[in-house]
Amino acid sequence: MRNFRIRHVLSALAIVALVLPTTAPVNAQSKGTIKIASQSPLSGGQASLGEGIKLGAQLAVEKMKGNLEKMGYKVEFVPFDDQAKPDVGVANAKNIIADKDIMAVIGHLNSGVAIPSSEVYKEVGVVMISPANTNPVVTDRGYPNIDRVCGRDDVQGVVGSEFAHGSMKIKSAYIVHDKTQYGQSIAEFFKADAEKKGIKVLGFEGTEEKSNFDSILTPIKAKNPDVIYFGGIYDQGAPFFKQAREKGIKAKFMGPDGMDSSDLTKIAGKAVVGMNYTSAAGPASALPKAKAFVDDYKKKFSKNPEPYAAEAYDAATIAIKAIEETAKKGKVSREDVATAVRKAKLSGITGDIAFDAKGDRLKAQYFVLTVVSDDPAKWGDNKIVKQLTIAPPEAKK
Amino acid sequence: MDFELLVGIFPQVLIDGITLGFMYALIALGYTMVYGVLEFINFAHSEIFIVGAFVGVELLLGMKASGWLDALPWVLVLLLILVAGMAVSGVLAVIVERTAYRPLRHAPRLIPLISAIGVSFFLQDAIRLFESLWRNSFNLVYPTMDVLNERFELSSTIDVSVKSLVVTAAALLMLWGLYSLVNKTKIGKAIRAVAEDQSAASLMGINVNRIISLTFLIGGAMGGGAGVLFGVQYSLINPYTGFIPGLKAFTAAVLGGIGNIPGAMLGGLVLGILESFAASYLSLLTGGAFGAEYKDILAFSILILILIFRPKGLLGEVVRERA
Repeated sequence: MRNFRIRHVLSALAIVALVLPTTAPVNAQSKGTIKIASQSPLSGGQASLGEGIKLGAQLAVEKMKGNLEKMGYKVEFVPFDDQAKPDVGVANAKNIIADKDIMAVIGHLNSGVAIPSSEVYKEVGVVMISPANTNPVVTDRGYPNIDRVCGRDDVQGVVGSEFAHGSMKIKSAYIVHDKTQYGQSIAEFFKADAEKKGIKVLGFEGTEEKSNFDSILTPIKAKNPDVIYFGGIYDQGAPFFKQAREKGIKAKFMGPDGMDSSDLTKIAGKAVVGMNYTSAAGPASALPKAKAFVDDYKKKFSKNPEPYAAEAYDAATIAIKAIEETAKKGKVSREDVATAVRKAKLSGITGDIAFDAKGDRLKAQYFVLTVVSDDPAKWGDNKIVKQLTIAPPEAKK
Repeated sequence: MDFELLVGIFPQVLIDGITLGFMYALIALGYTMVYGVLEFINFAHSEIFIVGAFVGVELLLGMKASGWLDALPWVLVLLLILVAGMAVSGVLAVIVERTAYRPLRHAPRLIPLISAIGVSFFLQDAIRLFESLWRNSFNLVYPTMDVLNERFELSSTIDVSVKSLVVTAAALLMLWGLYSLVNKTKIGKAIRAVAEDQSAASLMGINVNRIISLTFLIGGAMGGGAGVLFGVQYSLINPYTGFIPGLKAFTAAVLGGIGNIPGAMLGGLVLGILESFAASYLSLLTGGAFGAEYKDILAFSILILILIFRPKGLLGEVVRERA
């Protein structure tokens, strides 16, 4: 009885095996699989931004993969969760370089994760296009396979201090950062330029604290600065600002693009309304060409695109186009894809994209925004109070 | 050096330190009670603590959605979430003891310790899983109750929020309740008897297993209560928030003399105040060379010094060695 059943199954399988090749159309001439990976935090406190990067890239891959499929390639999108931790990012990177089908990486969210991970990508030359990593080191190392479609912190920090000095007319600032490569360095750029402009920096403090900011806030309150600048990410900045207001601190708040998430108002509520933050990636609403993207995104994932989702979309589009180009010439190799990306020119949804010799975007946009409402759903309505297009600084030797 | 500033913020730093210290004290009780009875460090206690905070926030969010939050007086709301947090955490601690520790009670000492670390990881990710399925979020925020955010301005640099007064009062009440339970009631006597000698206690007709469960229930409830107060005070929690306060509270328990209940309270207070002073004064005193990020290093250095001179902790002598 048992034997009989197994034989049954086997013959059924045989029939399926016979029928399949005749029903599947072009698979006979398949040239293999091409995978595009994303790396961003999909779990943990920064997941909402990381998820946006993943979904933006996924949307681009699904939309653009047609040409490659016609050429006989199977195109897959593989998201990785780096948990915003350097060690996890590096471990994922090792898995990525081991999978020979992965031709491009879209990521990361955190510069502190991107920098060590890109050392791994460099070993095999697989291209990484970053939608969000603003730390100067990311491209200043001059690796041929590391590019970014967003701006740089040494510019963004200055944009912030210029706004504080010129538009907000502040006289003194207190600077707090999160001790990460991203947060500390942008805080330092802000501080250096603020001091140059004559703003009095009353304090410069690093903290890894996530919940209890009482003891840091007490000296701040006593020193009574005009503005408090938090160099870091919203999951830490939001409770910090919230407790600052609860403690009766009346200073204005400022932050870099790490504050750019609807979770900031979800956590801090009224405390951050009126706060200014700089960004190296404008809100999708400010990008005239992004409307179709926003609609598609909303329809498919039934939520608003978070900041960097549009950048991830453009980054993935560049990756696919570069792969297409190399595929037309014959075999797709990681080196060729990286070279093609560096030379790529795209009229993307975030504007025209081309890279300079070290992988920085030629004309990156910088924004200063004001939080308008304590309703997280209205994050996209935040007012752009200043918009600049600035070329990256020359590579330092 | 700005002398006026240093003196000016002193009372505020002390107030913040005391609030934090009572929080540590409440959590430390869970460690110290279990150690007193079983001579075992319950490393899952930091998660029991944060479960209390999650129960509180879920209840508050639920009440907010149904409109009860504004309808009920805030004292009642606070009492309700406090009791609920304590109940859930207490029961959870008993379940953990039953499933993860009791089967290993006669195994070598390190085995239940490893089991405890396992439970800690398990609980962290269980909360994370639950919250991502239920609310699709990682960070949860305590809804603000306006009364609690009011502040009494004592001077331009010093003020006390209603919140920290309430937290301190609740903590004091819980500590007093526990102290009288252990020292003035029959159950307390039984707990002390089991701590002294389990087999002798069972010969005297004490149900040792029941007393151990009860110890976990009380310790867990204290932790859960501390979790709710932590959430009310600092407002943002996530499944991993419990780890650091748990570690600090464990340190506080050791500092006070582990196994000793007044010791845990004292240790918590000392650690909280030390930490608060280190964070506020380090950068002021060193001219920015050492910032608030060194607060734990300073606090723990002082701690090591204390333990070098008093290896059994501040109130360590009261614990007698087991034969």
